[in-house]
Parts: sequence; structure tokens; C-alpha cells
Amino acid sequence: MGIELIYQKWSGKINEVTIGSESKAVKIGGQNSLPFLFKEGGLPNRPRIAFEIWDVPPQDWPDELRRPYGGVLEDVIKWAERCQEEYKAEIICVRLLGAHPDLGNKPSAEEARLVELLLQKVAVPLIILGCGDDQKDNELMPVCCQAARGKRCLVGSAVQDNYRTLTAAVLADGHNIIAESPIDINIAKQLNILISDMGLAQDRIVINPTVGALGYGLEYAYSIMERARLAALSGDKMLAMPFICFVGQESWRAKEAKALETEFPQWGPQRERGIIWEAATAVAFLQSGADILVMRHPESVNCVRDYINVNYQDVDS
Amino acid sequence: MGLSGLDIYKLLPKTNCRECGFVTCLAFAMQLAKRQVSSEKCPYLSDEAKRTLESASRPPIKLITIGEGDGKLEIGNETVMFRHEEKFHHPCGLGFIIEDNLGDKEISETIKKINALNFERVGCMLRPDLIAIRQNGNTDRFVQAVKAVREQTSMNLMLMSKDFKAQQEALKLVSSARPLVYCLDKDNYQEFSSLISEFKVPVVVCAQDLSGLSEITQNLINQGIEDIVLDTGKKATTEKIWEMTQIRRLSLFRSQRSLGFPSLVIVENRADPFQETLTAITYIAKYAGIVLISGNETWEALALLTLRQNIYTDPQKPLCVEPKIYPVGNVNNNSPVLITTNFSLTYYTVLGEVEASKVPSYIVASDTEGMSVLTAWAAEKFTAETIAATLDKCNIKDSVSHRRLIIPGYVAVLSGELEERSGWQIIVGPKEASGIPSFLKNL
Ligand code: SF4
Repeated sequence: MGIELIYQKWSGKINEVTIGSESKAVKIGGQNSLPFLFKEGGLPNRPRIAFEIWDVPPQDWPDELRRPYGGVLEDVIKWAERCQEEYKAEIICVRLLGAHPDLGNKPSAEEARLVELLLQKVAVPLIILGCGDDQKDNELMPVCCQAARGKRCLVGSAVQDNYRTLTAAVLADGHNIIAESPIDINIAKQLNILISDMGLAQDRIVINPTVGALGYGLEYAYSIMERARLAALSGDKMLAMPFICFVGQESWRAKEAKALETEFPQWGPQRERGIIWEAATAVAFLQSGADILVMRHPESVNCVRDYINVNYQDVDS
Repeated sequence: MGLSGLDIYKLLPKTNCRECGFVTCLAFAMQLAKRQVSSEKCPYLSDEAKRTLESASRPPIKLITIGEGDGKLEIGNETVMFRHEEKFHHPCGLGFIIEDNLGDKEISETIKKINALNFERVGCMLRPDLIAIRQNGNTDRFVQAVKAVREQTSMNLMLMSKDFKAQQEALKLVSSARPLVYCLDKDNYQEFSSLISEFKVPVVVCAQDLSGLSEITQNLINQGIEDIVLDTGKKATTEKIWEMTQIRRLSLFRSQRSLGFPSLVIVENRADPFQETLTAITYIAKYAGIVLISGNETWEALALLTLRQNIYTDPQKPLCVEPKIYPVGNVNNNSPVLITTNFSLTYYTVLGEVEASKVPSYIVASDTEGMSVLTAWAAEKFTAETIAATLDKCNIKDSVSHRRLIIPGYVAVLSGELEERSGWQIIVGPKEASGIPSFLKNL
């Protein structure tokens, strides 16, 4: 009995966003098909993994996560170099947490110099994140954008109540923007409209849908992403942006990832548990359409990179 | 689903005898198509007509039961492609493969390990569902191994053997436990179908492509065998995702009966347990009814069972706990009082940390309709007003002699108004639950 398969044809397409400049630039998005359904449409760009680094030594990272970065957590440049050289990072994501008023309040000019130095030392594309304090970020991000002028970084995060300053800076200096919405498809769309209305091209926007870790609300963002992707493929241009998922940050907050075996003997050894928690969270979000995964543990990154490479082996990188 | 009034009319006796209460067979057929009446009203239906009508009225993806009793596994009866469209109904089964050529001692140790894979998360017990015994050698050894496994676990069983005699002997021993038989393929199904009919057990049908599968299942359906699980064999992950998507689409959108069954995927990668886990993660998200793995490490099972719980949560109904006072530990009238939301994930996270602190405390779960702290606050379900009302309603003041309330750090802004409204002194707790132990100890 012959079975006639059902092919879904979509009218919409996800925007292709280019991050970085020159030969190391990376393209994401550009698909007109649901994740991994290669027979139904084009998935021209494989999902990418960014290594998350901080400009101040992280205090609350569990030992398992600090071990691979022994000796470099105090020096963000060395940290970035280790990610690039030893762990073969394709993208580096720097979080300028040290600028936060409660965490050292580093002057914006100092952070801008750091961005400049990073761009000199690191060849791969850069994602630059503010410190999370709106007021400080509105002073900090424009100077950092300027320091990285023309390097086509991905910069974040714009939120519904605070997007103007960042959008203007991104626009002026030729970067891409992260538009963050709290697990809410309407806000995601609204924010994309607001940002586009300021003149930033739609293929300069990446959506951060605010994911939760495996076991910690993963399913909420998972479904929001599926809904947004379906809407985009059906023609909604204001949702046709690639997704960035902060998987590392969420996974390593989970008890299952960081608790020692002595605390929870029934969960078994911590090392594999931590690594798989981050990797499994990442792979789950690949099913709902993640384009950039921001991750922390090099082993987790390795696992997910292998997974992506095997499944995208017929696609040129 | 599927049959029109005219299709049904063709199956009726066309005598217009009126015994069904309708003037004509056609009128009756029209009502049947709308499912307004039961086909039993016509006493003259042929057996074939009955079977056709029955199979036409079953859901697009048949519900399959493996095992019996409390721990039985029910899979299938899915209705959507994406969970937000309704929900995924029957959590996919997770199973482990045990080789029959292991020694008896090794089998016992493996089963012991698998039996111990139980985890409590957000108020639910998570546990795997199946043990599959795979034949590697002679008939007797397989039967022995099945017997040994059956004696040592209450978990549902799957019998993996293409040896007719071995299946027959094993089924004689364990068919009352409704094991899943693996597998019927194009070479053996004619012979094996008698076994399935005799023992009335669910069966996996295996073929490399959907047309091949369909041919076998259609044959089995015609013989009255309909407790079927589908397997398209070992292939690349993206190819599998495509096939599982097609099986789901064809059964939902085209009522393709011969594919209207749950699917099974075997994920084996002993050399790389991480990749095995990630591949299994893929199929839990994308349409598997059963995922079988070879590894039995705690971390692998914990990750897979947790994802299954996430994916199969009803998106319209967040998991909630009853809004009330929960005493934790040996409380007295001086114990601290913490308030949080009744979203299960929030409540259980707070509970875990309060327990870890070893400081006896009261947790008040406020009714936020299952929203987390920040979401509930934004939606005005967790405000000074609602919290004050909760305190009143639950009568926490009868349990403690003090009037100090600890609120989540994320809603510190509520302090002033809440103090006014409730008359309680407000203490701002940590933002993250992980800060609770040190907070309570230093209170
Ligand atoms: S009882 Fe059966 S045969 Fe008689 S009219 Fe009704 S449908 Fe026709």
C-alpha cells in the first residue's frame, strides 16, 4: 500500500541574521521549515552555541562548572581565549555584570575598553550583554556599542519598558539586538514592532523568549517558541526572528544540576547530572526552534555540538 | 471519524425495516455519521459492517495498554501535533533493554538498579515503565530470563525475540501481565499473528518505511489485531523525526487507520551515554509513545523522566497545590511564616529549601491560580490585597503567636502596603529559593 506523505508548505520564512564581521561571521535563522524537518523546506543555518563569560568572577557557579575555567575566571580576556582556543567556541557571549551598581559598579568607559580588547583578542563573533540594571545599562550599552562599531555584534537586552536607548545605539553602530520578552508571545511581537518602528531592520533582531531549565518551567517557553515559529512560518513577519536561549544560566540554577551527591544520594554522581541537565535543556529547545544556545559547561557544549553536527551533516556550515 | 453518511449507508441492509426507529436506512446512516445514535439500534448489521463502524469511531490514534494493574502503561490517543493546541495526553513510556545472555546475577543487579529509579518531583512520582528482555541465544535461555525478570520486578514487560517457540513459551508464562511483543515484520507476521490472537497481547510491528508498516498493520487489523505499536527501525535521528511527524500527521489529518497507533523508538548508544540521552530527549518531545534505552544511569533516567513530565504537562492547567498552610518540621507558635504561590513548581522548590534549612516553619501557599511569584504579581494575583486576604482566610494567626511574615524577595515592593493591609510585620526574604536555608538560619 503506497502512503502519500503530508508536506506542509509555509508562506513565511525566518529572517537570516548575520553576527560578526569578516570571515568569522556566523549566520543564523533563514529557515522556512519546522526544526529538523529537512524534507519539507530549507534549514540553511545550523543552530549555534555561544560560550557565556563574565567580566567578574562568578561567585555562585558550582565547582563542577568552575573546574573547566580554572585559573581564568578572574580574567575575562583569558577566559575568552580559553573558550576560543581550547573549547573551539563559535560565538562568545560576554555579560558585563561588573557594571552593576551592586556588583562593583565598574565605570562604563572601563567596560567599553574591555569590549574593545575582547574584539582584538577574539576572532569569533561577540554577544554583549548589559548588567541588568536598566539605568546603568542605558549609560553602559551605548558606549560599548560604539567601542564595537561595525563589528556587527549581538547586543542585549531590550525589554518592553526599556528598548529605546539600546535600539538607538545598535542602529547607530551597526549591531543586532536581543529583544527579550517574559514568556509571552504578544509582548515578543509588540517589542519587535516597537524596535522596527525605530528603524532597525527586521533581520537585525533576535528574540529571547526567556527559557526555563529542564524541570523548571521548560515547557512554557517551549510552547511559546512553537507558537511563535508557527505564526512566523504562516507569514507573521513580526515574529519571524531567530531565537536565542539562555540555557546555561537557567540549567545551572537547577538543583538537579548543582546539588552534590552527598546532598541527594538518590540522584547519583553530580558531574554527569550537571552536564546532561544543561545539554538536555539545550536539545529540548532545539526541538522548539532555538537558533543560538548560550551555554556554560564545555562538556555540555561538546555534547550538543556533536548532536547538531550529526543532524546537520548534509548542510554546509 | 472518516465515514460519511453515504459510506455508512452502503454497509446497512437497505431494507428500510424501521426497527432502528428511523424511516429509512439512509436516515439512520446520516444520524450515525453525526454520531447521534448508536449502531446497535440496527439488529441486522453484518459482522463486517460492525467492525468497520467500530474502527471508524475509534480515535485517530488508538489507545494501547501494556501491562495491567496500577503500573500499566497507556499510550496513544493523542489528538494534536503541538502541545499548546490542547495537550499531549498519555506520557510516553520509558523502558530499558536487558540482554538475556547476561548472567542471572547480572540480571538481578540490573533490575535492582532499574527498580530504584524513582524520583519525586513537584509532588509527582516519576518512574520508568518497561523492561524489555532481548533474546541473544537459545530459546530456553530467553524463557528463563523472562521468568527471572518477571519475578523480580512489577514493571511492565516487553519480549524481544523473533523465535516463535521462545515467544510462545514466554507468553505462556507471562501473558497475564499483558507484555508487549517485539516484533512482527514482513517475514514473520503471518506466522506470529496466531500467537498474538491466542494470547491477546499488544504487539510491535516493524518495517523500514511507512508503506511497509501500513501493509502489515492493515493485514493484522483485518484479523482483528489492533493493539499495535509502530517501529520504523534504526535510522538517523532527523529521518526518525520526519517519520514520527508523518505518522502523527497521517493519523490526525487523514485518518490513516493503518498508522493510527503510537510509535516506539529504540535508542541505543552504549559507547556514548550522553548522546543516547540527547537522542531520547528528541523523541520524548517529538511523538514517541515508547522510548527504549540501553543505559540505566540515574542521571539519564532523571533527565528523561523530567522532560517527559514537562512536555506532558497540560498547558491549560498549571500544576497547583491546594492553597493552605503547610507546616514543615516540628513547628511551634514561634516558627517563621513564609508566604509563596500555589504554583507547584514554586511551592515545592520553597518546600525543599525550607526542609533543607532544618528550621521548622510554616509555608502559606496563596491561591495564584498556579502562577509563579513574578507572573502572579504581574497578573495581580499576588498583591498586598490578595496576600492579606489569604492570611485572613487561612487563620495563620491561630497557629503562631508572632506577626512576622516572610515574603519572596521578588515582591519586596509589596512590603509597605502589605504591612498596612495585614497588620503583619513584613520581612523580605531572598529572591531565589536557594537563599532560604541561610536566610532562615540567620533570622
Ligand atoms: S434497523 Fe437497520 S435495516 Fe432496519 S431500517 Fe434501520 S438501519 Fe435499516
